[in-house]
Amino acid sequence: MRAAADRSTAPRLITDVHTLRGDFPGLSQKVHGHPLAYLDSAASSQVPQPVLDAMLAQQAMNHANIHRGVHELAERATRAYEDAREKVRRFLNAAEPEEIVFTRGTTESINLVASSLGSTLLRPGDEVLITWMEHHSNIVPWQLICARTGARLVPVPITATGEIDLDVFERHLNERTKIVSIVHVSNALGTVNPVKTLAAKAHAAGAVVLIDGAQSAPRQRIDVADIDCDFYAFSGHKIYAPTGIGALYGRRRILEAMPPYQGGGEMILSVTFEDTRYNAVPHKFEAGTPNITGTVALGAAIDYLSRIDMAAIERHEADLLAYATERLAAIPGSRVIGTAQHKAGSLSFVLRGIHAHDVGTIVDQCGVAIRTGHHCAMPVMQFFGVPATARASFGLYSNRDDIDQLMLGLEKAVEIFA
Amino acid sequence: MNELKELYREVILDHNRDPRNFGELNDADRVVEGVNPLCGDKMTLYVKLHGDVIEDLRFKGTGCAISVASSSLMTERVKGRSVGATLDLFDKVHSMLTGADVETEEMDKLAALAGVREYPSRVKCASLAWHALKAALTGTDRKVSTE
Repeated sequence: MRAAADRSTAPRLITDVHTLRGDFPGLSQKVHGHPLAYLDSAASSQVPQPVLDAMLAQQAMNHANIHRGVHELAERATRAYEDAREKVRRFLNAAEPEEIVFTRGTTESINLVASSLGSTLLRPGDEVLITWMEHHSNIVPWQLICARTGARLVPVPITATGEIDLDVFERHLNERTKIVSIVHVSNALGTVNPVKTLAAKAHAAGAVVLIDGAQSAPRQRIDVADIDCDFYAFSGHKIYAPTGIGALYGRRRILEAMPPYQGGGEMILSVTFEDTRYNAVPHKFEAGTPNITGTVALGAAIDYLSRIDMAAIERHEADLLAYATERLAAIPGSRVIGTAQHKAGSLSFVLRGIHAHDVGTIVDQCGVAIRTGHHCAMPVMQFFGVPATARASFGLYSNRDDIDQLMLGLEKAVEIFA
Repeated sequence: MNELKELYREVILDHNRDPRNFGELNDADRVVEGVNPLCGDKMTLYVKLHGDVIEDLRFKGTGCAISVASSSLMTERVKGRSVGATLDLFDKVHSMLTGADVETEEMDKLAALAGVREYPSRVKCASLAWHALKAALTGTDRKVSTE
């Protein structure tokens, strides 16, 4: 009931999401003589002024190492760092701050679980279940640990619309399934997966569940208690913080049973050459001096988002997705890749006879930033039989003008290649 | 939009639409696979030599207009040339793509590829086929990558 209590005491949340665009200094520039239309937030979101201010203040006035100094600056840095952990706890509705481990991002979070949990849990013949729509960062860490342990990586096929069929998913679960790792929102297709249902089915089969939240964290309210997952990974730079910082939520009893991921300072209680005793969670998983400024910036980004109604962000982006999908249909030869019932954040598409990279270069000349290529999801490209797609993705600051500008760029591409 | 016309010149668009020497070459002496990890694009180059001369060559694969046109223009240009002259040409094309001024007259149609110089992320698209060709002629690698 903690979430409900937090909400009742909070001031009224911002619902006019479009009014926040001015908070992002990067968006007011011109690119190739046009106003920047930044439609690549699924790759990395722009950073608002309050987060930039928090970074500068931390780096300028509170710069010190954490958890060891007795002096004022070290105390301030430690407090700011641990405050950020509490902010992440609240952001995810985790039970305790000890369940939040700071990492470099989603990729490192998944590698941590794969390497640490995988090394003790997986035996030859065991299975790790993923899906065909995973990002490489939710494929390769599991391949590495499977190669070391003799376990098998099993990808669940997806449907022609880019969704997970629940029956098919269930048929892939069995007593050998030890870990299930699934993306919440697909970066290549925009599909929103029913992770609560999938987690329940996986738990019923006795598996540990990890949710890759890189694309969901910025665009919907995340509640790990409600999803009832064992791990949830996300990246700061997709929720309006800088690159190089992210977090992993882990259920406390599982984190406590896991061996350390990396060794070094911070993660120990005592060290002799014969024996080392490890620190408690989460410090056990935070070897070495962490990215303190990045962590404080992540906390500031969560503060920024906590003033906004996440449901309003979700509605705003759903409106943009619907508008962009409709406008794109009028572009000759366009085809949407990923047509799931429930989509969020991204519109992936191809234009007949024009390679995605050419589309990307042409719209860039019109001031429009989109992502082109395989989106680090080569199996998805293979599944849909395309070498690459163009992807327009939205942030809370995106608006219909951005999409109109993209359409002008696409019309230009069609004209050049006519 | 003049910058775009500079990149997507008519000769590039023509060779993208209708690539020359496209397909496999069954009796090739050398086969090299070229990969651009940035975009996942792949091309395979087949070369048949007769003594010191490139008797025939073909390519297949998927790629952007720049990479398809570059492959097509390359095959058209070097068919029938000696290995030595082709390697000299490789050096000149490489210089041209990375920013050096070269004599347009000698480059002839290949000069159309010079437009990529303004687009650092696209230089690799234009150079992939040429690296594959060099590997095929010098026999160093069966696989080349732009990274």
